Amino acid sequence: MKFYRNLSISQKQVVWAWAFLALPVLFYVVIRFYPTGNAIVLSFQKWNMLGARNWVGFDNYVKLYNDPVFWKVFRNTFVYLILGTPASLVISFVIAYHLDRVRFLHSTLRALYFLPFLTSTVAMAWVWRWFYQPVPIGLFNNFIASLGFQQIAFLNSTTNALPSILLPAIWAGLGFQIIIFMAGLRAIPTSFYEAARIDGVSNWTILREITLPLLKPTIVFLVVFSSISFLRIFDQVFNMTTNNPGGPLDSTKPLVLMIYQTAFSSFDMGYAAAQTVVLFTILLTVSLLQLYLMRDR
Amino acid sequence: MADTQIRASADALLRARASARGPRDPAAVIRWTLLAMGAIVMVMPIVYMLSASFKYPYEMYNLNIIPKEPTAENYTYVLSDGRFYRWFLNSFIVATCTTVSAVFFDALVGYALCKFRFRGRYIVFIAILSTLMIPTEMLVIPWYLMSRTFGWLDTYWGIMFPGMMTAFGTFLMKQFFETVPDDFLEAARIDGLNEFQIWWSVALPMVTPALSALAIFIFLGNWTAFIWPLIVTNSQELYTLPVGLTTFSVEQTVDWELIMTGAALATIPTLIVFLIFQRYIIRGIAMAGLKG
Repeated sequence: MKFYRNLSISQKQVVWAWAFLALPVLFYVVIRFYPTGNAIVLSFQKWNMLGARNWVGFDNYVKLYNDPVFWKVFRNTFVYLILGTPASLVISFVIAYHLDRVRFLHSTLRALYFLPFLTSTVAMAWVWRWFYQPVPIGLFNNFIASLGFQQIAFLNSTTNALPSILLPAIWAGLGFQIIIFMAGLRAIPTSFYEAARIDGVSNWTILREITLPLLKPTIVFLVVFSSISFLRIFDQVFNMTTNNPGGPLDSTKPLVLMIYQTAFSSFDMGYAAAQTVVLFTILLTVSLLQLYLMRDR
Repeated sequence: MADTQIRASADALLRARASARGPRDPAAVIRWTLLAMGAIVMVMPIVYMLSASFKYPYEMYNLNIIPKEPTAENYTYVLSDGRFYRWFLNSFIVATCTTVSAVFFDALVGYALCKFRFRGRYIVFIAILSTLMIPTEMLVIPWYLMSRTFGWLDTYWGIMFPGMMTAFGTFLMKQFFETVPDDFLEAARIDGLNEFQIWWSVALPMVTPALSALAIFIFLGNWTAFIWPLIVTNSQELYTLPVGLTTFSVEQTVDWELIMTGAALATIPTLIVFLIFQRYIIRGIAMAGLKG
């Protein structure tokens, strides 16, 4: 105590700072950095959780490169991203843009759009799975049949299954994106719009020349946020295809599901770790791209 | 300050005028109608889930929303073996403990990195921030091995430990502590408060909106978390609600009204909380999302 009292104010601050940070630094080292290193090391080993860990060099990565399932999964993962991100961004922007101009029952409408975001992904995966069932169970097909059309194989078809799983993922994320877009739109001062209106500029030009450029930080944030969530898609796929995870014929399997199965069904830990390193690389690229795009703001 | 206030009130006035013009405009009516239809479509899955949970099997596959013969039997059946209560309790315990811990430590670290001057500050900040780029899915295998070594498999601690602190929250809190003027902290220092007291009783009360926004975000994230609880738990007594719901639904296979009841049980609590704190939650999400 005497020692502490003799310190200068700035020295006391250093002591306090590390007192505040001691436990967190330990946490980040043990729970974040060590496991990251561990995953990378493991990706160069072969291990089934029972025997010894053997060093195999780049064998896991070579195996991955030659694995046709991996390339299918890789493609699926990017299809989720390439369909999901633009679709969800465009829809949520259009809704946010118009909702921002509406006063009557504004907060009720906003709440309804936001509601799906709060639901549990697992619960909703099962609801949508029910909707997609064939006649006479699934609501979609019952509706289609009642109109006199032929029913659609949603989850049982290798071409339709992926978009069918993607749809609830887009649906659940819209509310969040709408709220963020609206907050972004509110941050643009009305004086810009008033000035443009005095100049007699059309609504379309205002949108293109004022709204969208000023919204760039919000757009970049949402693109990255939703890209990462589509690249990491798992809950929906796992729950909508429990009888044949990632099926039919691996047509819906994303990378995270492949990792899960390799690690916890096949117990091929080294191979699974190599897959996580690939996922990490993809996400890192996306994040760095964000930093790059934000820089010239 | 005064200038921005005037600007803000002028903005509000202009918006009010613009909206006053609204209702008479046919375009505005069409806009509103389309938006309202979209909103109804958005909540349809939730409505049909709730509706199905009150239906008898024979009516289950009709498109009507109000059941002709409403029943609570599905709920009695689903709740009868007591597992849902247990899963609900588990989710609640896990989400609450993680939220309390994460908000506490994120605010503590965010404050230390924002308000203290010391060597290594920048390195610690960058190190913590860089963990944002490490996906959970990369860490689950090492976490699983770690849990196996230390006997954390199938325990509450096992489910909770990865989320006890978050880099996102730390970053968010650091941003918000920037808005707390140093003069206040200096005044408290002169009054003889130690640094922990200053943080707790001077700085924290000034960022309560940010704290609650962060708490909402973290609670929601843990309440719906799936992949890690799925991996770390083996016995049904330790399942969280999402993992339990998956198991339950797989068991039912064809009894969709029971699956919908289970899904409704997992959803209703969040719906109630949302209806009560609606404004607060939406503002919190917007705040956390924009600053983060």
